[in-house]
Amino acid sequence: MARRLRREWLPLGLFLALALVPVLAPLGPQSFILSLMTRIVVVALAALSLDLLIGKGGLVSFGHAACLGIGAYAVGILSAEGVTDGGAHLAVAIAAAAFFALATGAVAMRTDGVHFIMITLAFGQMLYFLATALSAYGGDDGITLPGRSTVLGRDVLASDTVLYLAALGALLAAYLLLRRIAASRFGRVLEGARDNPVRMEAIGFRPFRFRLAAYLISAMIAAVAGVLLANQTGFVSPATMAWQRSGELIFIVVLGGLGSLHGAILGAIAFILAEELLSHWSEHWRIVFGPLLILAVLFARGGLAGLLTKGARP
Amino acid sequence: MTALLRVEGLSKSYGALRVTDGLSLSVEPGELHAVIGPNGAGKTTLIHQISGMTPPDAGRILFAGEDVTGRSMAGRALAGLARSFQITSILPRFSALQNVALAVQARSGSSFRFLSPVDGEAALTGPARDLLARFGLAERAEMPAGALSHGEKRQLELAIALATAPKLLLLDEPLAGTSHAESARIVEILRGLTGSVAILLVEHDMEAVFALADRVSVLVYGRVIATGAPEAIRSNPEVRAAYLGEEAA
Amino acid sequence: MSSTLLLIQILNGLQFGVILFLIAAGLTLVFGVMDFINLAHGVQYMVGAYLTAAFAAATGSFWLGLALALPAALLIGLALELLVFRHLYERSHLDQVLATFGVIIFLGEAVRMVWGSAPIGVEMPEALSGSIEIAPGLLYPVWRLVIIAAGLGVGIGLYLTVHHTRIGMLMRAGASNAPMVSALGVDIRLLFTLVFGFGAMLAGFAGAMVAPILSVEPGMGDGILILAFVVIVIGGIGSIRGAFVAALLIGLVDTLGRFLAPMLLRLLLDPAAASQTGRALAPMLVYILMAVTLFVRPAGLFPARR
Repeated sequence: MARRLRREWLPLGLFLALALVPVLAPLGPQSFILSLMTRIVVVALAALSLDLLIGKGGLVSFGHAACLGIGAYAVGILSAEGVTDGGAHLAVAIAAAAFFALATGAVAMRTDGVHFIMITLAFGQMLYFLATALSAYGGDDGITLPGRSTVLGRDVLASDTVLYLAALGALLAAYLLLRRIAASRFGRVLEGARDNPVRMEAIGFRPFRFRLAAYLISAMIAAVAGVLLANQTGFVSPATMAWQRSGELIFIVVLGGLGSLHGAILGAIAFILAEELLSHWSEHWRIVFGPLLILAVLFARGGLAGLLTKGARP
Repeated sequence: MTALLRVEGLSKSYGALRVTDGLSLSVEPGELHAVIGPNGAGKTTLIHQISGMTPPDAGRILFAGEDVTGRSMAGRALAGLARSFQITSILPRFSALQNVALAVQARSGSSFRFLSPVDGEAALTGPARDLLARFGLAERAEMPAGALSHGEKRQLELAIALATAPKLLLLDEPLAGTSHAESARIVEILRGLTGSVAILLVEHDMEAVFALADRVSVLVYGRVIATGAPEAIRSNPEVRAAYLGEEAA
Repeated sequence: MSSTLLLIQILNGLQFGVILFLIAAGLTLVFGVMDFINLAHGVQYMVGAYLTAAFAAATGSFWLGLALALPAALLIGLALELLVFRHLYERSHLDQVLATFGVIIFLGEAVRMVWGSAPIGVEMPEALSGSIEIAPGLLYPVWRLVIIAAGLGVGIGLYLTVHHTRIGMLMRAGASNAPMVSALGVDIRLLFTLVFGFGAMLAGFAGAMVAPILSVEPGMGDGILILAFVVIVIGGIGSIRGAFVAALLIGLVDTLGRFLAPMLLRLLLDPAAASQTGRALAPMLVYILMAVTLFVRPAGLFPARR
């Protein structure tokens, strides 16, 4: 038990701290804190789903923001059409993301390495431009939501605290699910295909099917994050799917520590807090942020999760 | 009795270089068939083509009565063709046990299971531990495979190949770079397999080849110039001229 | 009427394709020779445009501005190579993508701090600012023709350099087998640096050439960088010839798509919706083209020999 605690203190501590946010938020500017933390949790959820692909599968998808966008647009379009039910939003978001993942994944998984990075980028861009073409839903400018998703006809998510807790619940559920997947038969094959695809084929596995399945799972989780994101910002626009957003998600995963899952959460916290602090400090905060990013890549190998748990490995 | 593996008229060229030139050979069930030949004779390319890693330009590969020429490497592996690589190919981040258990997993049930922990499946880890013990690697089971010695990695790779319960093992220089003791152990294990698993062995260690093989084929410039029992090959003048003679000189 | 408009669009497509080629050429060489993904290559294009704008404003002459901007772009490229990129060659593509992403953020903001966020304009040379009649009743801006000519010239020069000179031979050899070239006594690091600086200068040249006809603004390199990647992936990574063919192809498809898609959609939708939807859908065409190309030929149209 003690050993397990020592190994697991980081994810435990992370979730404990996140759970305390609604309790501590009233001590400061409550709505600001809750909105910032909701954003962090939602981005962490998206980054977590990406870690399944990059960390476990070795598949550097440069179009993950598209899946986030699918979720956001499911809320935006349905709300604009008068469907405000959160269950419907989620169902449509997940179904659309699954369709997108299967259609694009079937092509993308035939390539590897740099070509995979580029083709996922291309599919992301396709969806981005598709969103700008939705003139009925704001085109380039996007649409403002009439309100948050409802649950069984009641607007419980209107409370910032409830929305935050819903997001945190989704993050915890996704984290536990992905941990199980990582330790399952499926996860083992996925990691094997990352490390040595030829060896995997030589013992009888076709990496393609496993990678496609991982892509599917990852896209569906990211779509859930998109639904939450739309609710948090109250606004949906193509900018959610810009390739820079995909780049940021990759960075968050790498910053946190590839393949550790909780690293993605840590990365999201660090990334968004840094962005927030620096942007308060100066409008030209990116002049510091860019070099920080470079330094993180050059020197923080293993990511934040690696740095924090270095001494604790059994 | 029909051959387990029959290779007919296999050809492969890289540009002007004919690596495999109308090559034919067969492996009987349970037989250990060794392929020898000077460097550049096309031995590894032959293994690549039989295992499905490299598509041949022409010719057929029949395995267990079926034409597998167009099948993927994974498809052939599931049909019972296992292989080792000249340059050790393992999963260095996985433990030795996980490496072997994964190969067991390939043959036992669907791998599209997402929720139950694979390390807890006795049906996978049990046979994997047995295999590791057979290779004297029981003590190394929990070690990351990447941290094993070179010889241990070669043995691990053999254990992985055997874990897929193959009908035919394609071994590409399994003794290369192993210590004397390790290579003796591998030879012992291969001897124990004869009769139950057919083996196509590419190997430079002539002592091991002539001690183990039921039949030997000599490959020169992508062609089989002679096939026969070890003694017949040893005394074949053409072989001596093309190959063994050079070694002796 | 429609056919003259089409001719103009084809010329515009060629001009865009040529610019894409100038950017993609450096990208594909760096990629082919060093196996290095440089997302920051687009900022070289932006930097070239800004430097030309600044030097042209200071000297009062576009040509002087260009003459000063090119070596300056080269120096910035070499400085980036020395400070950042050099440390990334041995790293994974993932690390390369991220670190160069950081360079984009930094340089984009630096440009914003120096020149502000508002677009700035550049005067084109007086003598080339007019239009000429390229067909009866069809006027076309001279400057765009100059761009096309310059791009074609650079393309031919590059092709000759890569395929018929010693340094080109070393580049091709370095792309397929760097250790072997090293073993022959060639300073591979120096070769890499040269290729890199040269590629950066070409992208800067592209930026300089479009500065008079586009608005020079922060982020102008981002969109075109993605298209340049599409070009090198379709053309085959490391292949100058592939980059050239694919750049013209993408330039034409993108330009003609924007022109033709609204017209075709007008058959289905009312004019206002057709023009907006068409304009927005057209940019998807090049990505569809890339997906189809990779599906059919995973290594691109002209795979460089490995």
